[in-house]
Amino acid sequence: MASDIRVEKIDDFRWLIPRTGQMRTEGLVYADETMMASIKKDASLEQVANVACLPGIVGRSMAMPDIHWGYGFPIGGVAAFDMEDGIISPGGVGYDINCGVRLLRSGLEANDIRDHIPALVNALFRNIPSGVGSRRKDLKLSAKQMDEVLTKGAKWAVTHGYGTLEDIKHIEEEGCISGASPDCVSERAHKRGKEQLGTLGSGNHFVEIGFVEELYDEAAARALSLYRGQVTVIVHTGSRGLGHQVCDDYIKRLLAASGKYNIHLPDKQLCCAPLTSKESRQYLQAMACAANFAFCNRQTITHWVRETFQEVLEMAPKDLQLDLVYDVCHNMAKIETHEVDGKQRKLCVHRKGATRAFPPHSRLIPEAYQQVGQPVLIPGDMGRYSYVLVGTEGAMKETFGSTCHGAGRRLSRHQAKKVAKGRAIVRELEDRGIYVRGAGKGTISEEISEAYKDVSDVVNVVHHAGIGKKVAKLRPMGVIKG
Amino acid sequence: MPREYEYIEHTGDLGFKVYGETREALFVHGAKALFEVLVSPETVEEKEERAVTVEAGALDELMVSWLGELLYLFDTQGLLLKRFEITTLTENRLEATVRGEPLDLQRHEIKTTIKAVTYHQLYVREENGAWEAQVILDL
Repeated sequence: MASDIRVEKIDDFRWLIPRTGQMRTEGLVYADETMMASIKKDASLEQVANVACLPGIVGRSMAMPDIHWGYGFPIGGVAAFDMEDGIISPGGVGYDINCGVRLLRSGLEANDIRDHIPALVNALFRNIPSGVGSRRKDLKLSAKQMDEVLTKGAKWAVTHGYGTLEDIKHIEEEGCISGASPDCVSERAHKRGKEQLGTLGSGNHFVEIGFVEELYDEAAARALSLYRGQVTVIVHTGSRGLGHQVCDDYIKRLLAASGKYNIHLPDKQLCCAPLTSKESRQYLQAMACAANFAFCNRQTITHWVRETFQEVLEMAPKDLQLDLVYDVCHNMAKIETHEVDGKQRKLCVHRKGATRAFPPHSRLIPEAYQQVGQPVLIPGDMGRYSYVLVGTEGAMKETFGSTCHGAGRRLSRHQAKKVAKGRAIVRELEDRGIYVRGAGKGTISEEISEAYKDVSDVVNVVHHAGIGKKVAKLRPMGVIKG
Repeated sequence: MPREYEYIEHTGDLGFKVYGETREALFVHGAKALFEVLVSPETVEEKEERAVTVEAGALDELMVSWLGELLYLFDTQGLLLKRFEITTLTENRLEATVRGEPLDLQRHEIKTTIKAVTYHQLYVREENGAWEAQVILDL
C-alpha cells in the first residue's frame, strides 16, 4: 500500500510534508534518503498527514526515523496540542502505555563474566516471569495494594523493598505520574494488572546483559559513569494487560466522544476528545495509572535482576554496583511547558514510539545529569547493538524535546518466521557470543535481526539532525525474552 | 472444506481474514483464528465451559468486543478455548457458550501472545450470501 503523499527534502535528514487538504499544519519526518524510499512503501506518511488534521495541534506533526505504520498515529510519531483547544488521543500513546526501557550500569567487566553468561541468563529466565502462565508467588497484591501501585508507581516498589531511593531519582517523572486515579481504570484492567505485575510480557520485551563497546563522547560517558568494557543490563517492558485494557476501554469511549464533540476524524483510529473535556481528563488519569504500573513493573524486575547477579556471581551489591543510569518512556502523553514563538505554552505532547530527550539544565532531569542532558536509551534488536544518547537543545527547539525510540520493524512476524525457517537461530546467536532464552517458541524467530531496521541508521539520523547526541554503543551478551 | 480464516501480513502485528457461511459461523471462526495465534488447537482439550455475553454499538465493534472478551479470559484465567457455540447474535449483542481448558505449560506451547484486538482496518460484511471479516491484532 504505497504512499503517494508528496514530501519535500529540507536537508539530508529532514523531509517536509506540505499542508494540503484538511491538514492544519505541515508534517516533518526525520529520515535519510534511503530510509525515505522504504518509508514510502507503507501508509505511515499518510498517518503523519492525518495527525496534522487534528484540532489544536501546535507546531508540526512529526515522525522519528524509526517511523512505521501504527494505529492511527504512526509509530515514531510526535505531536503536541494546546491545552485549551487541542485534543488527546489514545492512539497517540499506544496500547502499551509507558512501554519503556531502562539501563543499568555495573562495576563488572565483560571479559570477567563472559563464562557466566549462560548461568546468568538461565537464572534470569527463572527469576523473571514472562507472564504467560508464569508469575512469581512472592508478589501477590490485594486490591488496595494494586491501587497504591497505580498511584505511586516505582515508589511503591521501593517502599516494599524493590530497589532504593537512588533508583527513583533516575527515572523519568521519578517513576510516578501525578494525577493517577484508579477509579478511572476499569475493573477488567485492574484484574489483568493484578495478574501481571512483575512480568516481562512477550513480543519485543526483554532483559539483556551487554557491555559498552564504543564511546562517542568521553565527557558525556563519564557523566553517566559509563566506560568501555563495562557490563550493562537493559530492561524493556511496559504496562502489560492493564495498559492494553485502559487503551481499549478509552478508544471505545473516545470514539463516541469524537462524535459528541464533532471532531472530524480523517481516520477512525485517531479518535480523540478535547483536552478540556471530562473524557480527556479521565483518560489522562487512567493513562497515568497504567504508566505508574509500568514504572513499578520495571522497578520490580530490576530488583530481581540484581538478586540474580548476586546469586549467580556470589557477589555483594556494593561490588556489583548495578546502578540505574535512567528509565525512559516510549509511549506516553505528557503535559509539558515549551517555548513556542517566544512564548511559554502548556502543551499535551504525544510521543508514540518516541522518547523524551531533554537538554542540559532542564528542570525535569536529575541533578546528576544537569550538565550532560537527559540520558536516552535506544534498544536495537537482540543480535546487534543498542545506543545511549543524551537530549539536546536542538530537540527542545524542533521536536518538543523528543527523539527516536528503537530500531523499528521492517518485516512482519509472519515474514520473519519464513526467513528464520530451517535456521537454528539460537545456535547462530550463540556462535556470535550471544546467549538467548525465550519463553515463547515463535518469539525468537519473530525477533531475528533481519526483522528490524538497523538501529545505527536510526540513531545516526537523530544525531546528525541534532535531536539526540550519541554517547555509547552497547553489545548484547545474554538475552531473555518473554 | 471451505477455509474458515487466513492470516495476513502486517508489520509488527498480525491480522486475519475470517469467512463464514452464516454470521454465527463468522464469529466462531474469528474466535478460532484468535486462539490459533496463541496455541495449536489440537493440544487443547474441552474440559471446562463458560458463558460469554458481549454488547457493542455495531456489528464490527461486536467482533472486537467478542474477541477481546476471549482474550481477557486467557489473560486473567489462563483459559485456552477451542469450541464456541453462539446462542444469540444480533447487531449489538452476542451470547455464547465456550469450551476449553486452563493453560498447562507441560502440554501447551504458547506461540505468540496478543496485546489487544484493534479496530484497525476492521470490517465485518456480507457479500454474495457469505460473511467476511478482517481483524488486526496488536502483538
